[in-house]
Amino acid sequence: MRTLSLFAALAGLAIAQSAKYGVGRAPSDEEIRGLGATVAPGGAGLPEGSGTAVEGRELFMRRCAKCHGGTAEGDVGPPLVGGIGTLATPKPRKTVGSFWPYATTLWNYVNRAMPFNEPGSLTHREAYAAVAYLLFINGIVEEKQVMDAKSLGKVRMPNRDGFVPDARPDIKRK
Amino acid sequence: MTKTNRRKLLGSALASGFLAQAQEPRSLGRPLSGYGERSKFVRPVRTTRVTKTPEAGSSSTPLADMLGTITPSALHYERHHAGVPDIDPAAHRLTIYGLVQRPLVLTMEEIRRLPSVSRVHFLECGGNSGVEWSGTGGPDVQRSYGLASCSEWTGVPLRLLLDEVGLQPGAAWLIAEGADACRMQRSVPITAALDDAMLAYGQNGEPLRPEQGFPLRLLTPGWEGNVQVKWLRRLHVTAEPYMTRDETSKYSDLMPDGKARVFSLEMEAKSIVTFPSGGHTLSSPGLYEVSGLAWSGKGRIARVELTFDGGRTWTNASLQEPRLPKAFTRFRLPWKWDGGPVVIASRATDESGYVQPTRQELVAARGVNSGYHYNGIKFWRIAAGGVVTSADA
Repeated sequence: MRTLSLFAALAGLAIAQSAKYGVGRAPSDEEIRGLGATVAPGGAGLPEGSGTAVEGRELFMRRCAKCHGGTAEGDVGPPLVGGIGTLATPKPRKTVGSFWPYATTLWNYVNRAMPFNEPGSLTHREAYAAVAYLLFINGIVEEKQVMDAKSLGKVRMPNRDGFVPDARPDIKRK
Repeated sequence: MTKTNRRKLLGSALASGFLAQAQEPRSLGRPLSGYGERSKFVRPVRTTRVTKTPEAGSSSTPLADMLGTITPSALHYERHHAGVPDIDPAAHRLTIYGLVQRPLVLTMEEIRRLPSVSRVHFLECGGNSGVEWSGTGGPDVQRSYGLASCSEWTGVPLRLLLDEVGLQPGAAWLIAEGADACRMQRSVPITAALDDAMLAYGQNGEPLRPEQGFPLRLLTPGWEGNVQVKWLRRLHVTAEPYMTRDETSKYSDLMPDGKARVFSLEMEAKSIVTFPSGGHTLSSPGLYEVSGLAWSGKGRIARVELTFDGGRTWTNASLQEPRLPKAFTRFRLPWKWDGGPVVIASRATDESGYVQPTRQELVAARGVNSGYHYNGIKFWRIAAGGVVTSADA
């Protein structure tokens, strides 16, 4: 019932054939691209460029280790490695390796938000290299495996199937 | 002069104040001012934990010092991921594109030309009261429940803008992005537009505070704060969620089986006794007004009950009208303290019939590692001397 009315309502939104108020203007494709990359789980939206863990190691030591530690074990910033197999234990360790569902999520985040004190300063190539390195030290890709717009969406993260829909209300009353 | 006359004269002089020399000359008060300040005797402030990255973190509203239901904008809780940007509204743009028929870029001036609404809604961080999962409990209302606030918001209904751009078949999600340094990004189910979501530019009678997203934020009433992206600069309309960092790695609820719930957006009914509460001391036995706040992401608060015996018996508190949907509701009850030890708490029921659970019920359903969306009943212990502490501590 709720789903039906939802579709009907969304259809109502979709069939509006013309703008009612006519404020604003259409952005050009260039303007939209200028907003910066944003990436779907399968990789749509990933820009050109590529990187490997070999390049990523040097970058990590230079730009990331200060906060995340030389072995990505965490410091001011969170740990980025390890914890695989701990999620169902009393002391779960959530890291890129153990918890994140998509490698594309990692690229999208690194590209827009890292390093913490200089977000937006990495080139697309550097973001690919950093991601390749983090995937490598978590045992997810090989050291020389090239990460780019084609390959990144195909990487299968260990916890890909670890996310489920909201199950609330879930409280059983005594 | 006779004795009687003198007494008469003295009496009338006193009556007219002629001889009352106790009065000191008064200096003038402060002059008129452009933007008012509260009394110097009123000092509650937002509190925060000291960290090495003060640009990322949260500050908590002093809820136990609040009166009524509206949170002053200067005390609204904060949660930032890359600091508070100073955005010139004249330079700010919102771009809506993707699965739409007419992509749009709007200036703030254009957004403010569109039909607007004002509504009172609470905003609560998904991680509010997270410390309560541990079982040791927060020591006071501010530190454990202060990532919730309530304001009157003004803006353009989201639905109006989606009608304006015209959704294409398959459009189901909005990828919302902020203009803060980290370009905070969340996937928002488009169903939000069917209800009461808005693009807000006003808060409590003035433009949004920078901490709450000036000049423009997404507001999806009743949902966790993180999804209500501040400093909103784009809405990319898509068929699927983007599974961004802040909806997978963060703000997902890890269950004991190792699976994490995503898009657990709604904030379920919750209440907290703000007086008496942790940190207060009752000075003597006698009358007090027990008071607190209740709210629900599902709608109006229907009932708030109070217990004075640790949860064995419950009595209805009176609710301040009007009870607005997805807004703070103030509850009150006069109460005589007999001076003995007491354990008090409140329990909210919303108009859907949902009853605020106990911590034990929450833990039975979700374990202790889910982190977010804690809405359990909070007990305060009043000791014989009047000192109030968390009953879980």
